[in-house]
Amino acid sequence: MRAPGGSEVAVGDVLLAVEGVSLSFGGVNAVSDVSFDIRKGEIRAIIGPNGAGKTSMLNVINGFYQPQQGRITFKGETRSKMRPYEAAHGGIARTFQNVALFRGMTALDNIMAGRSLKMNKGFVWQLLRYGPAMNEEIAHRRRVEEIIDFLKIQEIRRTPVGRLPYGLQKRVELGRALAMEPELLLLDEPMAGMNIEEKEDMSRFVLDVNDHYGTTIALIEHDMGVVMDLSDRVVVLDHGIKIADGTPDEVKGNQAVIDAYLGVAH
Amino acid sequence: MAIDLAAHPDTFPKLLIRNANLYGSRPAMRHKDLGIWQTWTWAQVLEIVRAYAVGLSRLGLKRGETIAIVGGNRPKLYWSVTAAQMLGAVPVPVYADAVADELSFVLAHAETRFAAVEDQEQVDKIMSVMDRLPKLEEMVYDEKRGLRDYDHSHLHPMDEIIEDGRKALRQDPSVAAWLDAEIAAGKGSDPSIILYTSGTTGASKGVVLTGERSIKAAADTVAFDHLTENDVALAYLPLAWVGDHYLNYAQGLVAGFCTACPESTDTAMADLREIGPTFYFAPPRTLEVLLTRVMIRMEDAGFLKRKMFHYFIGVARRYGERILNGQPVPLIGRLLYWLGNILIYGPLKNVLGFSRVRVAYTAGEAIGPDLFAFYRSIGLNLKQLYGQTEAFLYVTAQPDGEIYSDTVGPVCPNVDLRIAENGEVLFKSPGMFAGYFKDDAKTAEVMTPDGYVKTGDAGYIDEKTGHLKIIDRAKDVGKLNDGTLFPPKYIENKLKFYPNIREAVAYGDKRDFVAVMINIDLTAVGSWAERNNVVYGSYQELAGHPQVYDMIEKHVAEVNRSLAQDKVMAGAQIRRFLILHKELDADDGELTRTQKVRRGFIAERYAPLVKALYDGSTEADISTEVTFEDGRKGVIKARVKIHDMKTEPVPAALGKAA
Repeated sequence: MRAPGGSEVAVGDVLLAVEGVSLSFGGVNAVSDVSFDIRKGEIRAIIGPNGAGKTSMLNVINGFYQPQQGRITFKGETRSKMRPYEAAHGGIARTFQNVALFRGMTALDNIMAGRSLKMNKGFVWQLLRYGPAMNEEIAHRRRVEEIIDFLKIQEIRRTPVGRLPYGLQKRVELGRALAMEPELLLLDEPMAGMNIEEKEDMSRFVLDVNDHYGTTIALIEHDMGVVMDLSDRVVVLDHGIKIADGTPDEVKGNQAVIDAYLGVAH
Repeated sequence: MAIDLAAHPDTFPKLLIRNANLYGSRPAMRHKDLGIWQTWTWAQVLEIVRAYAVGLSRLGLKRGETIAIVGGNRPKLYWSVTAAQMLGAVPVPVYADAVADELSFVLAHAETRFAAVEDQEQVDKIMSVMDRLPKLEEMVYDEKRGLRDYDHSHLHPMDEIIEDGRKALRQDPSVAAWLDAEIAAGKGSDPSIILYTSGTTGASKGVVLTGERSIKAAADTVAFDHLTENDVALAYLPLAWVGDHYLNYAQGLVAGFCTACPESTDTAMADLREIGPTFYFAPPRTLEVLLTRVMIRMEDAGFLKRKMFHYFIGVARRYGERILNGQPVPLIGRLLYWLGNILIYGPLKNVLGFSRVRVAYTAGEAIGPDLFAFYRSIGLNLKQLYGQTEAFLYVTAQPDGEIYSDTVGPVCPNVDLRIAENGEVLFKSPGMFAGYFKDDAKTAEVMTPDGYVKTGDAGYIDEKTGHLKIIDRAKDVGKLNDGTLFPPKYIENKLKFYPNIREAVAYGDKRDFVAVMINIDLTAVGSWAERNNVVYGSYQELAGHPQVYDMIEKHVAEVNRSLAQDKVMAGAQIRRFLILHKELDADDGELTRTQKVRRGFIAERYAPLVKALYDGSTEADISTEVTFEDGRKGVIKARVKIHDMKTEPVPAALGKAA
């Protein structure tokens, strides 16, 4: 993490390590014996052909799925399985492949929802919206407004997200994840279905989040141009097995990766 | 409150000090930041601007130097203007959306050593043309985002400069005394600002204005429209435009009213509603966009609402303007209008942010009579004015109660107006410019020997009303080969009043007849296409669609009919027209930054089309280079059809018609 007023994101210590994780659904092995790590402050990409187990891997990391084998070490704490709320409390936030926002709520309310973990006052206090609960809400609203400013979505603050174009919905979802002030941000195909301009905007925001908030980012993405430009290190999965791990250039030259993407004669 | 002219100081910094004394705790500036309206009082603004001025001076800004101001309507950029003026430096605002070439032209021509810019985008733009700006040394910026990793040896956040000045003022009392002396040393006859014209006619020129004249002019119009310190305006038009500098900056300081800055350019409409300004200015184009948006949304409204809307808009059309003008209206009309105001006009004005507007102006180009009447009929006191950067700003303006859609009003107080023999409008005004920056030849060109400024516009004083009517640019008014008068703009505007037509370019000077090129309006024609099951894949395809041609042909025929009514104009009816395959765009140099067509440039660029209009062919091929938003270039090719028009018979002269 960046020191206050510092200018460099120190990429170094391991923030999250996955060791020998296997996950299967009935007879289908989604992930088999995969190990890799994510270091503080880096942008880590997980790539692979369709059905390679990328989303399953992400779901294991934030506790959506419980792996049958293997260990996950997050911030020095090792456990065999992570529960979603533990992940969230620990500082892991994510966005989804298909936008998962509250469609009838405004962009503002959706991002505000991302703050609920940080609210200390209980349900009744919040219902009363009085005194300390009010002060707390004001403080949270300020953080949310900073995020709105950061993502440049002031003009849609009061718009129900269901009415927004897809690209903006994705941005609101990123905003909600940022509202949790995560240490580790998981992005599941943040640029899927976007046009070039929207992709460029989103790439800029991903870089800005990494730079400005010092957030560690793990992302799944199909657009290779985006992956190679954004990420510091790339892990490649194919049929649930890790076939490569390294810098974008190393991965690009890896024969196993080329075979996985282009296919080989059997 | 009567405005005592003699009481106004002769420079803007002195005016700011006066306001801090008179209205110290009243709001001077508002800006929406992080979703909340932040307010600064006149006293606070004075404190900040003083600190800022000291900071800039410590950075090296000196009397007589110029400083570029690049960005949108943000408080700190307005304060940059005043802070520079405190030091006797001359601010040079530049349009925020100017491309790097335009920006470098202005900065190089004005020889700016300093630049105060909004954000990373503007910093990047200036950096990209740095090799053409050898004089530029220091840059200060407002928005920190994205600039953290830049080399900060000649780049400074405004906050730090202000803080630096504040510290200096605190530590050393002599600094405050020095600043007071600097402000006092500023004379009313010194250049106060250099505004670069938008360049409708060739390269832009730097119009030098002085403080004393600017303030005198603003004082006249503040009195004319009874503006006071209780008024509020939203500054949403380009900072570099003379209109914003006059209406918000100069009038704001003279009247002491509050200027509100929107959160971002995209939120201006929502901010308008929240602020509820009392003084409002919008070019006809903005008003048109607003109305279109309302109409489209009404089409989607429920049956009852839609019926109610159209019924009461009908009522407003019949009685609204007469009520606003104080003319007699039958009792039933008053009752219906009263009811309509509760049910429709009031809520509509509220949605548009017009509920509190007391004085609204439109100017810049001719406004469609229907559009004008619509806003007035729902009770918005919309008026027209005619002005120029060189006049800073008003030449004529419509007083309350004397409103016509086709005039720009009687001559303003203290303005002297004359019509030259060739029809050109000449004026002398209190705010008159001091000259073009570094261009005495051009200055001499626009002045008459007896000190009037040539506007370049052709017009005449309407006998019935005593108001000025503008028909076209004087140099654009041409003649057909048979000697018929040909004012292209007059014809273009008649066409543009149809919602389906976005732009029109008319040709006819030294030709046998009038021919026009038309740009369809994608929103209006697109929605028409949707309703009529017309399938199209692109702008180009829609523009070339036979049914679209038929529709436009009807509009052109109507224009011909209306031209035929006027004896002088009857010979200038449109004989041939075509619909352009691409939208005219300022990025391609086809429009000015203020969205006016550059007829000569378009004629060169589309030479094959102009040739085809006059050689009788029914279609022509054209390929044009276009600039995309990210600056890349591409080529568009098209085959454009040309339609012939029947002309209306010229009405026989019945004796001597007036």
